[in-house]
Amino acid sequence: MNAAIARGDDGRDIVIDVQHLTKRFDGRAVVRDVSMQVKRGTIYGFLGPNGSGKTTTIRMLCGLLTPDEGTGTCLGFDIRTETDKIKRKVGYMTQRFSLYQDLSVRENLEFIGRIYGLQKPRAAARAAIERLGLSGREEQLAGELSGGWKQRLALGACTMPSPQLLLLDEPTAGVDPKARREFWNEIHALAADGLTVLVSTHYMDEAERCHEIAYIAYGELLVRGTVDEVIAASHLTTYVVSSRSAGGIGLSALVHELEHRPGIDMVAPFGTSLHVSGRDADALERAIGPYKERRDLDWQRSEASLEDVFIDLMGRAKDNFQ
Amino acid sequence: MNQVIPDEAPRRTRGDGFWRKTWAVLIKEFIQLRRDRVSFIMIVTIPLVQLLLFGYAINTTPRDLPTALLLQESSDVGRSILAALNNTRYFKVTELPRTEAELDRLLASGKVLFGIEIPANFERELRRGDVPAMLVAADATDPVAASSALSALGRLVQTALAHDYAIPQAGTAPFEIRTHARYNPAAKTELNIVPGLVGTILTMTMLIYTALSVTREIERGTMENLLAMPITPIEIMLGKIIPYVLVGFVQAAMIIAIGVLLFGVPMLGNLGVLAALSTLFIAANLSIGYTFSTVAQNQLQAMQMSIMFFLPNILLSGFMFPFAGMPAWARAVGEALPLTHYLRIVRSIMLKGATIGDLRYDAAALAVLMLIAMTIAVTRFRRTLD
Repeated sequence: MNAAIARGDDGRDIVIDVQHLTKRFDGRAVVRDVSMQVKRGTIYGFLGPNGSGKTTTIRMLCGLLTPDEGTGTCLGFDIRTETDKIKRKVGYMTQRFSLYQDLSVRENLEFIGRIYGLQKPRAAARAAIERLGLSGREEQLAGELSGGWKQRLALGACTMPSPQLLLLDEPTAGVDPKARREFWNEIHALAADGLTVLVSTHYMDEAERCHEIAYIAYGELLVRGTVDEVIAASHLTTYVVSSRSAGGIGLSALVHELEHRPGIDMVAPFGTSLHVSGRDADALERAIGPYKERRDLDWQRSEASLEDVFIDLMGRAKDNFQ
Repeated sequence: MNQVIPDEAPRRTRGDGFWRKTWAVLIKEFIQLRRDRVSFIMIVTIPLVQLLLFGYAINTTPRDLPTALLLQESSDVGRSILAALNNTRYFKVTELPRTEAELDRLLASGKVLFGIEIPANFERELRRGDVPAMLVAADATDPVAASSALSALGRLVQTALAHDYAIPQAGTAPFEIRTHARYNPAAKTELNIVPGLVGTILTMTMLIYTALSVTREIERGTMENLLAMPITPIEIMLGKIIPYVLVGFVQAAMIIAIGVLLFGVPMLGNLGVLAALSTLFIAANLSIGYTFSTVAQNQLQAMQMSIMFFLPNILLSGFMFPFAGMPAWARAVGEALPLTHYLRIVRSIMLKGATIGDLRYDAAALAVLMLIAMTIAVTRFRRTLD
């Protein structure tokens, strides 16, 4: 079910290369048999619902957790035995703000500069403050910054030691749209400079800004590839249904009618319209045939959205694991 | 988000619900307490262990006080006195020095609390009725420990001699006991207490500084970031301990200065040696506090461990009650506490003018305790979030 991706033949261009990673907590597998490859300079989106194992996978990549099974390399270093070398070259932005709240912006950055052994930590911190647009706030305590500024500071902190790989764990959770957009512009700028970025997110619009994505649910990596590849590989046929009568009346009743018909795998309301999808195009056509005749409904064949694909994947994964 | 409650909805008025809400918090607290297994266990074990430990260990009437007996003559009377001393619960002759110089050294190093000297011709003068003098030097740095034993000494020797040799005891005593309370002749308790307080106060402050250092990072979520950075457990430990060595040093200097200026405690020994050994003691306590913080799962547990460690430090170290008076097992526990060694160091240097040579055992013990704590801390430190 994996989307075919062009495997980089040149081993040196693969920044993350892990096979069959499994991690259990108290006997419960949180990550199961995850294999992935990330090429240098790509922005790799790591998607999945809450509790799907995204954070656990990222922590295994940077040496914070030891996998129970599986092997792999990160930046060419073994993720089991060479975590010290990995830590030197990876910038990890935790999901929860984890800089020192009671240190100022400048003090936090200088601390990081010193730990990574930068030649001139004070100058490096000053440069980072400049680059992040935090000038004027450098003496403010990190804990007093607003959500957007905290996130910008955290990103600045993990890029300051010039890492080769960035691992960002839900960096934009709780951040307003403008800050989110600026953040992604920054990520693209960094990737253009050759930095590899693995970023986990819930947001579909963010997924579409990634070069490649992987979708994980219930600890299992379900699909990976470019956005187009993932959509194509899903073989979903989708119709957008809207009501011709004013106000979209009757659509909610339609949801209940359609939901359990064979051939229809997913019905989801989107504003004033419904997305009706099925994995088998013929079966879907048969199922919706009678409704297409209805004059009050407008049926438009459309491309499945990434969200349709993911919700469908989640549904299928649930069938497999529960 | 403010929830707007319409006026018609049934409202709880201000006063009522007081107990209901208190009850809600109470239930929540109990659930949280039950979840924290270690704290739950400590609720029972702290009082139990401490009560049994201290109930049996603490004894204000000291016994088996280590004593050195210098026999300047080889006589039956001397042997009889030795036997009599050992038969009492007060004294225990642990050393038999051959010269006065040796006796002095034993007292200075704190190996013995009493030095008893039977001069030459003691027996002959005794038999002649010349009332010879028996010389007793007592280490009076701890006046409590010394006084009750001293008062018993005269009676004791007299009885022994009367019993063994039928030396008449009617009327005047057949011999004289010449007591010399060394180091603290006026038997001022503050001379003993104030140097002791240096160690006690430092133990308390130092433990707390580091006991929370790791658990705080875990609870605030900064540990994940720290662990993801290229830094080793030893670097983290030393970085967290060293600043407080300085803090402790300032505290120690302050307490000692006040002790000397305000309480009139003498400073007979070398201040440099005291400073060096105080630093060692401070570092040892910081290491132990740091070890607690790597073992504890949260700040509450770290605090409980510190208290559990602090109490024996006060009660079994010789700070409150004479060390020599405790049973052997309690003294063994005491030897494992940094404060026990530091009390000997600080009292000996300030009151007796002891040198580093006299204190090498206690200095080495402090260093060993510190290294053990550091080793445990570094090995216990979780480098991953597994």
